[in-house]
Amino acid sequence: MPQWIPACATDDVDPEDVIPFEHAGESYAVYRSPDDVYYATAGHCSHERELLCDGLVMGGVIECPKHNGRFDYTSGKAMGAPVLVDLRTYPTKVEGGTVYIELA
Amino acid sequence: MGRERLERYSLVGPDSRAAVDAGLASADWYRSAVPRKRMKELMRRCDGPAVRDTALWLGLMIVLAGVGILLRDSWWCVPFFAAYGVLYGSASDSRWHECGHGTAFRTRWMDEAVYRIASFMVMRDPTASRWSHTRHHTDTLVVGRDPEIQAMRPARLAKLLANFVGLVDVPVAMRLMVLHVGGRLSAEEADYVPESERPKVFRTARIWFAIYAVVIASAVVSGSWLPVVLVGGPALYGRYMLYVYGLTQHSGLGENVVDHRLNTRTVRMNAVNRFLYSNMNYHVEHHMFPMVPYHRLPELHEEIKGDLAPAYPSIWAAYRELVPAVLRQLKDQSYYVRRELPPGARPFHEPSTVNDGRALPLIPA
Repeated sequence: MPQWIPACATDDVDPEDVIPFEHAGESYAVYRSPDDVYYATAGHCSHERELLCDGLVMGGVIECPKHNGRFDYTSGKAMGAPVLVDLRTYPTKVEGGTVYIELA
Repeated sequence: MGRERLERYSLVGPDSRAAVDAGLASADWYRSAVPRKRMKELMRRCDGPAVRDTALWLGLMIVLAGVGILLRDSWWCVPFFAAYGVLYGSASDSRWHECGHGTAFRTRWMDEAVYRIASFMVMRDPTASRWSHTRHHTDTLVVGRDPEIQAMRPARLAKLLANFVGLVDVPVAMRLMVLHVGGRLSAEEADYVPESERPKVFRTARIWFAIYAVVIASAVVSGSWLPVVLVGGPALYGRYMLYVYGLTQHSGLGENVVDHRLNTRTVRMNAVNRFLYSNMNYHVEHHMFPMVPYHRLPELHEEIKGDLAPAYPSIWAAYRELVPAVLRQLKDQSYYVRRELPPGARPFHEPSTVNDGRALPLIPA
């Protein structure tokens, strides 16, 4: 049963940045685009499970801190070697200054 | 000993499985603490420094080659071709490296374009070597996992020395290129290049093969060495600085230890060497935080140097340590250079199965 989980306050994440979010033993990454749209993906790189929150957000792309693997964080799409497997993405919504992500 | 050594360092041998069993593969590596905002600032990309350095690199090559061609009938051409050769055969290594990481430029196609040019010059397939280097960063100096260990224990001394003029690497690169032209990979490449990436390797090899065929045909038809001196040849005669720099990175240091402070050197170099080597002398910093662009590594060094073993003051200082260490390892493979962390540095990460760099055998004798 999907449910909306509060992940962070809108101000917790800077524009064009990413922060980590933990829930029920799983890691997630919450992004804020330059135009203040929030996105969420799995927290680890699909290549070697590095935490994406330590990576660099640039132009709609999150880059893994270990091997520079890149994903489109809006769609989770892997953008070339060494990452070949897409990231799982999660729907988000903002209510009352809080970012929610929908988890299954 | 030769066969045992190669088997030990093989990516498809028993030590590879032992490293996985010991938790050394894809392990959690030590990182110095850097404030999050500062780290994000250091990781920021821009095109300016790499555009400048690439223009200087390629521009100098064009000028030096041009003067060398004009003077080709006299010995005065030698210093110009010698300098051209170093830019082609040695400086290409760090351009391959930086652009392979995708950090040199902000603009992606620039990284990719320079990466492909540099890969050709240094004679490394851009796809296979990207995967090889990815593994090197995941499992740095983990025996049986890292495909880029230059000085094994014991070192292949003749190979190391011959490689200063590319006498091993270049023939191996040519053999691999022919293998790739035929649509095959070596056993080691097959260990780290995913299936979906392999057609790129074969396509590149066919293009490169055609280029070398044209160069050799031009030399034969014109009755001149000039085409080979300009293309391909510098990978031999200009390669020596690649090894002068490259051997400083890890030789003689700890193996099987998940802390770059103990298995990697940072060496202070002058401005010319830093240009040729794209600041890769800040090697501990690069391994610990591979996303920091090369032109920000001096700042990163200042940020974390209190947590690192002292940097070596010069190339000469690094060689004064690494040459005796590598020679001693010819007889005593348990010997390694133990790097002492400064007072106040955080202790190295030590899972129970990981040693401090002594390279104790993972497989009981």
